[in-house]
Amino acid sequence: MGLPAMALIAMLGAIFAMQPRAMSYFGLTVLLNFTLPAIFAAMAQMAVITVGDIDLGIGPFLSLVNCIAATLLGGRPLLGWLSLAALVGTYSLIGALIQVRRLPSIVVTLGASFVWLGLALLVLPNPGGVPPSWLPALLSWQSPLLPLPVLASVLLAICGELLLMHTSYGVVLRGIGGNPRAVAHAGWSLLTGRMVLYAVAGTCGVAAGLALTGLNTAGDATVGTQYTLVSIAAVIVGGGEFVGGIVTPIGAVIGAWIMLLAGSLLSFLDISTDWQLSVQGGILIIVLGLRALNRWSGA
Amino acid sequence: MKLKKFPIGAAIGAALLLVLPWAPAHAADVSTAQDGIALSNSYAGNSWRQQMLKMWSLASQRAVSRGIVAKTKVVNADNSAPQQASQIGDLTLEGWKAIVIDAASPTALNGVIQQACNAHIVVVVFDSLATAPCAYKVAYNYVDMGEMEANYVANKLGGKGNVLEVRGIAGTSVDNDIHQGIDQGFATYPGIKLVASVHGNWTQSIAQKEVAGILPTLPAVNAVVTQGGDGYGTYQAFKAAGRPTPLIIMGNRQDELALWKQLSAAPGGYPTFSLSSAPGVSSIAFWVAQQVLAGAKVPKTVNVPLLVIHQNNLGAWLKAVPEGGVSTPLYSQKWTQELIAANLSNSAPPASPIPNGVP
Repeated sequence: MGLPAMALIAMLGAIFAMQPRAMSYFGLTVLLNFTLPAIFAAMAQMAVITVGDIDLGIGPFLSLVNCIAATLLGGRPLLGWLSLAALVGTYSLIGALIQVRRLPSIVVTLGASFVWLGLALLVLPNPGGVPPSWLPALLSWQSPLLPLPVLASVLLAICGELLLMHTSYGVVLRGIGGNPRAVAHAGWSLLTGRMVLYAVAGTCGVAAGLALTGLNTAGDATVGTQYTLVSIAAVIVGGGEFVGGIVTPIGAVIGAWIMLLAGSLLSFLDISTDWQLSVQGGILIIVLGLRALNRWSGA
Repeated sequence: MKLKKFPIGAAIGAALLLVLPWAPAHAADVSTAQDGIALSNSYAGNSWRQQMLKMWSLASQRAVSRGIVAKTKVVNADNSAPQQASQIGDLTLEGWKAIVIDAASPTALNGVIQQACNAHIVVVVFDSLATAPCAYKVAYNYVDMGEMEANYVANKLGGKGNVLEVRGIAGTSVDNDIHQGIDQGFATYPGIKLVASVHGNWTQSIAQKEVAGILPTLPAVNAVVTQGGDGYGTYQAFKAAGRPTPLIIMGNRQDELALWKQLSAAPGGYPTFSLSSAPGVSSIAFWVAQQVLAGAKVPKTVNVPLLVIHQNNLGAWLKAVPEGGVSTPLYSQKWTQELIAANLSNSAPPASPIPNGVP
């Protein structure tokens, strides 16, 4: 976690040096505008990676939540909230399916991603819709002292850290990823554990989708696509590992910031945006490479 | 005497100098020489967009070299609305005076566009529009396009005949608008029958496949109304089926114009016309942004006429369009000013510039 934090501080330093305008309350708000959906998506991905799974459907899932929020939630709030709750339930069931049938999560969530996209198009065939007015208002709320994206990031990181790293059930959940046999031997249900983590992923996904809706102020069935890559990269860059059991909530939040700010940094350096995706992928490869090097030299 | 007169003249001169700055000056007199105009483009991966970017750089470089604006910059998003929104946020922080946008989504950028407007940045959207109310919109009237096609076809056929409609990508506003215009246009000609419609997705190969698929079920087809990028494929389908070539409306693509010229060489010629949006609309959007910065009166929606090519200027356009490209003029500042004036007075827009030296 130390390394990602230092990288983030260095990036922020460079951005502030090049673009002093970014250092104000307004500047930070604009710069970190899309942090909220990204950190929630990273949290959702982290919950799934905790048990050694991977979620390839989180991006389209965000789109679906976005479409529901821009249609049902405003028009028929009860139905809207019920369908969002049903989505969380479905996520939990996906976890159960993966556990009971011992299916590879990569296949199940990839399949689910197409279901999310299809449902999103059914709910909102053409971009548009209007979210309930409290949602954009909440997202543009001028919080005291620190801008909302900063405040929310800090709170989310602390909450995640407390729940996953400092409670006994958090240890069990991470244990499912690290050594499921030992956890089962100790009398804990692997099924319940996986269902809980997938429900957490679903809840964070819903939060991410709502945040995205509040920022965009409308719905679009393809808007979330890039969050699949961003969320996975955020967890890994922040210090998590695919093997399961090794994750860090604070790291995931920092990772999400790094992935987001990489684009801004390029822009301020006047490097063509055509390089942006390559740079995001490059960061990922470099981080994994350095980590492997570290392990090799330490062994 | 002279000594006495002089101070009076000087006094009048001084008075004039004092008064003049407060006199009702020309609306567009604010200098934009220190300003920068940036382009946020949602997608750069097809030939239309590539040409659009080229036209932008031609127009903006010309403006920079003449000292009309200070600088320009282009950022491309990978067809992702959140990414484009982040990029617009970055441009807002970088202090650009105007941001011109070809949007990834009609709605998903509205939040960040409003934020830019709140920071007193001029926002102009074009091509793929965004609906944010504070943005200036440079728009084509696609309903008009459909009506023009329908009227032309009905006249050529003498008000009687079978027509096939080749449409664009389903669910897009462009496709809906053109279709609506065609319906409206044919509504006044009861003798014209729309016998079928297929979705050619503005792509020659898809249009060819779709038309070939439906042709065996159709009676004799006298004319085909299209949306651009589908005329050549439609012709190939008719040819492969051994059917006589109907009247096909063309869409300004190089392959369509070349085909038209080739068909025209036959005895009797091949009367049709060609129309489409022009990638050079990016240069109009650039100058609209510059005009707003200069303090000119600009309506919130600037309607742009489609680029229409008739038989008499087919040769010139065919010579100007690159292989595999789309015909487009480069619009100038003066032309854009005339367009804005026409929009303000609700009069006919200026004639499209002719292709001279356009790459």
